[in-house]
Amino acid sequence: MAKIRDMIPAFELLQPTSVEAALNLLDEHRGEAWVLAGGLDSFDWFKDRVKRPSVVVDLGGIAEMHGIREVTNGLEIGAMTTLTEVVRHARIRSEWSVVADAAEHVATPQIRNQGTLGGNVSQDTRCWYYRSGWPCYRAGGNTCYAAAPQAMNREHCIMGRSRCVAVNPSDTAPALIAVDAKMIVESSKGPKVYDAEDFFIGPAIDITRMTVMKERDLLTRIHIPSTWANAEFYYEKVRDRGAWDFQLVSVAAAFQKEGDRITAARIAVNGVAPYPVRVEAAERIVVGTTGDEATAAAAGEAAIEGARALRHNDYKIAMMRNLVRRAVRSVA
Amino acid sequence: MDQSEALGVLEQKYSRRTFIKGVIATGATVSSTGYLFRGTPLLGAAAFQTATERLLSLNVNGQVRRVDVLPHETLAMTLRYKLGLTGTKLGCDRAECGACTVLVDGVAQYGCSMLTHQVRGRAVTTIEGLEDPDTGELSTVQKAVMDEGGFQCAFCAPGFIMSMTAMLQDNPNPTREEAAHALSGNLCRCADYDKILNCAMRAAELARSV
Ligand SMILES: Cc1cc2nc3c(=O)[nH]c(=O)nc-3n(C[C@H](O)[C@H](O)[C@H](O)COP(=O)(O)OP(=O)(O)OC[C@H]3O[C@@H](n4cnc5c(N)ncnc54)[C@H](O)[C@@H]3O)c2cc1C
Ligand code: FES
Ligand code: FES
Repeated sequence: MAKIRDMIPAFELLQPTSVEAALNLLDEHRGEAWVLAGGLDSFDWFKDRVKRPSVVVDLGGIAEMHGIREVTNGLEIGAMTTLTEVVRHARIRSEWSVVADAAEHVATPQIRNQGTLGGNVSQDTRCWYYRSGWPCYRAGGNTCYAAAPQAMNREHCIMGRSRCVAVNPSDTAPALIAVDAKMIVESSKGPKVYDAEDFFIGPAIDITRMTVMKERDLLTRIHIPSTWANAEFYYEKVRDRGAWDFQLVSVAAAFQKEGDRITAARIAVNGVAPYPVRVEAAERIVVGTTGDEATAAAAGEAAIEGARALRHNDYKIAMMRNLVRRAVRSVA
Repeated sequence: MDQSEALGVLEQKYSRRTFIKGVIATGATVSSTGYLFRGTPLLGAAAFQTATERLLSLNVNGQVRRVDVLPHETLAMTLRYKLGLTGTKLGCDRAECGACTVLVDGVAQYGCSMLTHQVRGRAVTTIEGLEDPDTGELSTVQKAVMDEGGFQCAFCAPGFIMSMTAMLQDNPNPTREEAAHALSGNLCRCADYDKILNCAMRAAELARSV
């Protein structure tokens, strides 16, 4: 679809200054409201006329959703905290470096200066058929253009498909799973807490959403528990260019050790499924070992169990295997 | 909806005096931007009764400018087509090139990808605001660019210069690699990156020597 270079279509802009007011507005404008954080995922949709909300609720003025606070058991990051603030935060850099590392790999400095952590984990998929407004399953239609025989699907999934073969694009998502982050989602009915790995959902659960959040929900903050502070971390993102590009495959991993033995591990991979994948089979293999070459190889093989390529993305299977292998090998 | 109808709706919302000022301000921009606004600058304005106060006092380059801003208007649009600050370029309008880079409270952001209403109460700096307002003396980064001549067509230059300005605030002693990382949100279609990095390093050198 040709890019349109003119005004974004009109909407009503509402700028609440508290979570409570925002939730009220979302209730009041149910079915027509769009939540706006930094806007870097949202504006493309609006400019391309693929999504045309009549009401936009801008969270920018809600001070309580902004900033990083120390809490007894770790850190709490407001959903409106920018990625740059996450990257620069001294405690995140030293104790949960995988989160800072992942945030640093998002897009470009300008996007990190404005894009929020909440928006990064809540962003929609980048499947270009869907983003271009094709009436696919995810958009309420009855086909997947990316899985058609002639489709261009180099960036699509190798596992977790269910009608839709799109992938989750978030760089911070696997890192948050690796540190066992908790996502605090609020609605007018009250708050709910989700483990990061359960926050992201696949099309088998609901093909129109990427996360557990429904339209009147807000992610208000993300809790990083102390449990995995100062673990040994590994992060790697493979992308076409050194800036701007979304991951082809990325891996985030955390290892706890006693002496040179791994006592616990969390490994998550993104870019391979419609949701970030926690590879528990690989985690089980590495626990009790030193992360030696044979273990790393076995973990890599376990990670790709059941993977199935589309026409143009079989490279992703090898890439996922190798990234998991490297993550484990980094410990030894 | 025709123009007179649109005016009627707006008139109910604002006192006649402020309303007329607003129309005059936007009216002056119509001719230059017909292709962008596709007709009336009020397009869309009357489609909703918006709660947003449209007349903003924007702090741009140290001056407070009163301007009538649509809720769905981007900062790059306001700067270029309402305030006449055309140094801020629009390359992609999709956060994919960096030509529109401006500073918001000193932080580099893409003017094409934020709403003007999101920067209310914050200080915006564009390429026009880098020189000394009293003497017209160029900023350190601008001088470095003059010294090194680091651009070809220079369409990307304002964006790069804004990013270099932000970079030097954060890191006055960048290595070449750090400078490349700091400038990685700007594209140069003439691919003059090596000389652009020379400018960045020269700017850091000049900044150290003052
Ligand atoms: C050119 C370009 C390149 C990019 N590259 C990358 C990349 O390499 N890696 C990457 O991870 N991302 C990338 N992004 C995607 C993304 O825009 C940014 O990562 C950013 O973090 C999104 O945050 P935002 O605050 O700007 O989101 P917004 O656009 O404001 O929000 C994104 C979505 O989340 C919803 N939302 C936001 N906050 C909340 C909340 N608190 N509660 C409920 N819902 C919410 C919004 O309704 C919207 O649907 C890129 C974007 C662009 C335009
Ligand atoms: S015009 Fe804003 S990034 Fe290209
Ligand atoms: S000098 Fe031409 S785009 Fe950079």
